[in-house]
Amino acid sequence: MIQAHLPLLIPLTLLFSALLIPLFGTKVPRSAYFLALSGSFLAFLLSLYGLVRVTTDGAISYNIGGWTPPIGIEFILDPLSSFMTLIVTGISFLVIIYAYRVVPEEHPQKQVPYFSIVMLMLTGFSGIVLTGDLFNLYVFLEIASLASYAIVAVGDKRSPVASFRYLMLGSIGSSFYLLGIGFIYFMGGSLNMKDVSQILPFISGEPAVIAGLILVVTGIALKMALFPLHFWLPDAYSSASSVSVALLAPLGTKIGAYILIRFLYFIFEPEYVTTTVPITSIISWLSVAGIIYGSIMAIAQDDLKRMLAYSSVAQVGYIGLGIGLANPLALTGALLHVMNHSLMKAALFLVAGNLQIRIGHSNIQKFNKRLRHTMPWSMAAFSLGALSMIGVPPTAGFFSKWYLVVSAVGESQWFFVLVILLSSLLNAVYFFRVIEKIYLSPSKDSLTDLPEEEEENKYAQNEVSFSMLTPTLILSSCLLVIGILNYFIVNNLIDLMIPSSF
Amino acid sequence: MLVKKNLLKKVIGLNIFQSAIILFFVASASKRNATIPVIEATTKIIDSSQYINPLPHTLMLTAIVVSVSTTGVAFALLIAIYRRYKTLDEELLLKRMQ
Repeated sequence: MIQAHLPLLIPLTLLFSALLIPLFGTKVPRSAYFLALSGSFLAFLLSLYGLVRVTTDGAISYNIGGWTPPIGIEFILDPLSSFMTLIVTGISFLVIIYAYRVVPEEHPQKQVPYFSIVMLMLTGFSGIVLTGDLFNLYVFLEIASLASYAIVAVGDKRSPVASFRYLMLGSIGSSFYLLGIGFIYFMGGSLNMKDVSQILPFISGEPAVIAGLILVVTGIALKMALFPLHFWLPDAYSSASSVSVALLAPLGTKIGAYILIRFLYFIFEPEYVTTTVPITSIISWLSVAGIIYGSIMAIAQDDLKRMLAYSSVAQVGYIGLGIGLANPLALTGALLHVMNHSLMKAALFLVAGNLQIRIGHSNIQKFNKRLRHTMPWSMAAFSLGALSMIGVPPTAGFFSKWYLVVSAVGESQWFFVLVILLSSLLNAVYFFRVIEKIYLSPSKDSLTDLPEEEEENKYAQNEVSFSMLTPTLILSSCLLVIGILNYFIVNNLIDLMIPSSF
Repeated sequence: MLVKKNLLKKVIGLNIFQSAIILFFVASASKRNATIPVIEATTKIIDSSQYINPLPHTLMLTAIVVSVSTTGVAFALLIAIYRRYKTLDEELLLKRMQ
C-alpha cells in the first residue's frame, strides 16, 4: 500500500520534520536534532525501499490529488530518481548524525532554525529529483536554493557576503530556468515531462524551443557550477560551517547534474542535443576547461576547505564531461561519478570539519605529522577519500573515471582522454601535498627536544567524538565497498537508468 | 545588476529581472478577442479560443512568492553584511574584508 505513495512520501517526510522542528524546538531545543535525525532516517529507509521496488517492478507514478497528468502534477519514482533520492537521503542522514556535537558547538543559539532549514533544503532536493513537472521542479529548485543560501550565511565572518553572491548568481540561474521552460511551454502547451517529451519532436525546429533549451542549460549550469559559471562556489563552500558544507558540496551540484541529465536525455532526445543543436559538445568542452582550471586552482590553495571547493569545480567537470559525451558508457560514468563524488566530498569535508573542531584551523601549511598520531582515524578516512579522488583502484573514484576514459576512447576524443589522465595527476599533486604533511614528514623534528612526559602528551589520542567519527568512517569505507561492488551496481542499477532513446 | 557597485541596487536589478519574466509569462498568455477564463452558467458551448490561458497566471502567482522570498533573504543578508562591515558598497566591502 505504501508503495503507491512512495514518490510523494519521501519529500513529505522531510517537509513534515522541517515543520515539526520549530514546533517542538522552541520548548526543547535539543529535540530539533532528534527530529531531523529521525526524519532523514525515515526518508532514507523509504528511498531504500523505493529503490528496491523500482528495480524489480519498474517506475512508480503518483498523481497529486488524483488528477491524471498532463493536467495534474505527477511525481515519478523511476530508477534515476530513486538512485538520486537514495544519495540525497543517505548522505544527509550520515551528515546529520555528524551534526550531533558540531551544530551545538558552531551555532549554539541557532540549532532549531538551522535544522529546520536543513530539512527544508533536503525537501527541495528530493522534490527536484522526484517531480515529473517542469514548473514544480522550479518551485523545488527555489526551495532548495533559498534554504542553501540561508545555511551558507551562518558560517565564518565572511559568510554573509559569500552567501549574497551565491544568492545573486543562484537566482539568475533559476530565473533563466524559468524563462527557458516558459519558451518551451508556450510552444508545446504542456509542463508535464513525459508529455513534453512526446510533443517536442513536432516542434523541435522552432527557434523558441532552441532558445528555451539554451536558457535552461545555462541556468542549470550556473546551479551546478559548471566552468565558467562557478564563481560562487569556492567562497560559499569555504566560508560555510562544516555541517552546511558537508551537505551542500556533495548534494547541491549533483542535483544540477541530475536536472541536466533529465532535461537533455529524457525530455529532449540525445540525437537532438548532439546533432541538431550541438549543446552537448559545448558542455563537454566547458567541462574539460573546468577540470583543468579547478585542479590547478586547487593546487594553489593553502586552506583545505578552499582546496576541496576548487576540486569540486573540477569534479563537476567530470560529471559534465560524462553528460556531454552523450553515449551510454559516458552517462554511466557520469552517474557513477555523481554517487562517488558525493561520498568522497562528504567524507573529505567531514574530515575538514573534524580538523576545524580539534585543531581550530584547516590551513594545510600548518599540518604536521602529529596529526597522524592524534587523529589516526580521521586521517585514514582522509587518505582513503583522497585516493579515491585521484582514482586509485579499487576505490570508487577509479571506476567512474574508467568509464569516462573508455567512452572518450570510443568516441575518439583523444584530447578528453588526455585531460582526464592529466587531471588525475593534478589531483595526486594536491592531495599528496596534504598526505605528505601528515604521514611523510621526517620524524626527527623539534618535538623530540621536549621532555618525555610532554612528548607523550603531544601524541595523546585526540580523536573526535564517536558521533563525528562514525559518519566519516562509514562514508570513506563506502568508497571501498562501492569500488569493489562496482560491477554489480552498474549492471543492476545504472543500466536501468540509461534512457531507452540511446 | 552586474554593473552596479551598491549591493542594494543589485537586489533591485534582480527584482526587475524577475518581474520581467513574470510579465513575459502573463503577456504570452493573452489572446486577441478573448475574455477571462470564467465559464458562466448560460454558456452552452465552450470554445477554448474565446478564453485566455489561465495557467501562466497561476504559475506566476507561485513565481511571485518565490521572488518575494528571494528578495527577503537578500535583504536579510544585506542587513548582516551592513552590521559587520558598515557598508554596502562593493569596492569598500572588498577592502574591509581583507
